[in-house]
Amino acid sequence: MWAFIHKLGSPKWFYAISARLTPWFWAAAAVLLVVGSVWGLAFAPSDYQQGNSFRIIYVHVPAAILAQSCFAALAVAGGIYLIWKIKLADMAAAVIAPFGAAMTFVALFSGAVWGVPTWGTWWVWDARLTSMLIQLFLYFGVIALRGAFASRDSGAKAASVLALVGVVNIPIIKYSVEWWNTLHQPATFTLTERPAMPADMWLPLLVMVLGFYCFFIALTLTRTRSEILRRESAKRWVRDLADGHAGGRR
Amino acid sequence: MQVVEPRTGLAVAVRATIKRDLTLMLRRRGEVINPLVFFALVITLFPLGISPDTALLAEIAPGLLWVAALLATQLSLDVLFRSDFDDGSLEQLLLAPQPLPALVLSKVLVHWLLTGLPLAVMAPLLGIMLALPVESYAVLALSLALGSASLSLIGAIGAALTVGLARGGVLLSLLVLPLYIPILIFGAGAVQAAVLGASAAPHLALLGALLAMALMLAPWAIAAALRISING
Repeated sequence: MWAFIHKLGSPKWFYAISARLTPWFWAAAAVLLVVGSVWGLAFAPSDYQQGNSFRIIYVHVPAAILAQSCFAALAVAGGIYLIWKIKLADMAAAVIAPFGAAMTFVALFSGAVWGVPTWGTWWVWDARLTSMLIQLFLYFGVIALRGAFASRDSGAKAASVLALVGVVNIPIIKYSVEWWNTLHQPATFTLTERPAMPADMWLPLLVMVLGFYCFFIALTLTRTRSEILRRESAKRWVRDLADGHAGGRR
Repeated sequence: MQVVEPRTGLAVAVRATIKRDLTLMLRRRGEVINPLVFFALVITLFPLGISPDTALLAEIAPGLLWVAALLATQLSLDVLFRSDFDDGSLEQLLLAPQPLPALVLSKVLVHWLLTGLPLAVMAPLLGIMLALPVESYAVLALSLALGSASLSLIGAIGAALTVGLARGGVLLSLLVLPLYIPILIFGAGAVQAAVLGASAAPHLALLGALLAMALMLAPWAIAAALRISING
């Protein structure tokens, strides 16, 4: 078991193993996303209060879940990099951060679009929206800090520390914002107190969430692989690989 | 002749760091005074930008005072490690046999003594100008004193991360301001509660809890960040 993990930490082995896994995750993501969207958009019953506009949930909720998972993944990767100095963890972190920021933006944007028919406005200072917005800023901070250093290693370490600090702060921010919201403006509408969904509504949602996760894993694997090639481009095995490809094509 | 070993206990080192930083900062008075002037200046902008109507100003004063104090603290963060980084004494701090988190904590303490505490003392004065009700002055000063200690601690993490960068100013605020939000919420909440005649104790207790947590965790993060900034 440990030997396997140690091997996985080596970029060369990871490159070989992920080559076999990546297509499966892409395939699973494609199937799940297609099934989930068609099921959710066409076959699931419409909401008795919100009508068809509730179907935004099939994009909104998976994106929001991913946005939060990505930050956790970012912090875990940062911790692994800081403690064990496994470069692969940092390559993954470099790839996860922009994806997480994108998912946070998708969640915010889809939430805004959903807000128009349900609340009659694009933006309310609702606790969830606000904490999501703050999380987007935290993602921006991590990405900007990594880019600000001339040396890649310093940038990677600094971004890892910031990701860990951020992950400690996210629950504090979340609960303080919820508290602030209840203090200042009584919640006129809450997302949480919807009537319990029937199964034919939440099953497609579950499929979509799984599809988003598969998409995330597939994309992270693929992008980490290209990151490996870029960072290890001076290594012999990468050059051999490139030569082999060129030879195959000839 | 007897060789006298220099005293190298932790208490000695902490006291020496505090004394050194205090002396240095008090010799560069401008850096101590500038955040206070900034605080007063920003507060002056709001009535000009919004309205001189005292009723309106009194209503938004708790938030304005807190946001302005928070920005003043944030702007003062850069001096925390900058000159030590430039003249190399930060490296000496890292090489010292005493634990770095403790030494860093004493630097942050000096920062709070010369930035957060004066801001807290000055805030009621600006409160008068914003027509803040008199009952809330004590709470305003207390909440700022408590909250700005957390602000200094959390901000020091960002300052330590960006100290090696030539132009870290805007980046520093991008890193630090999102982390300041809980403190702003509870700090402004305390003043708001005092204005409304409610008890500010829960807010102040939460501010204290945040400070306790920051005291526990931030020194290690600051130390780790400094090592990254120095060693690359």
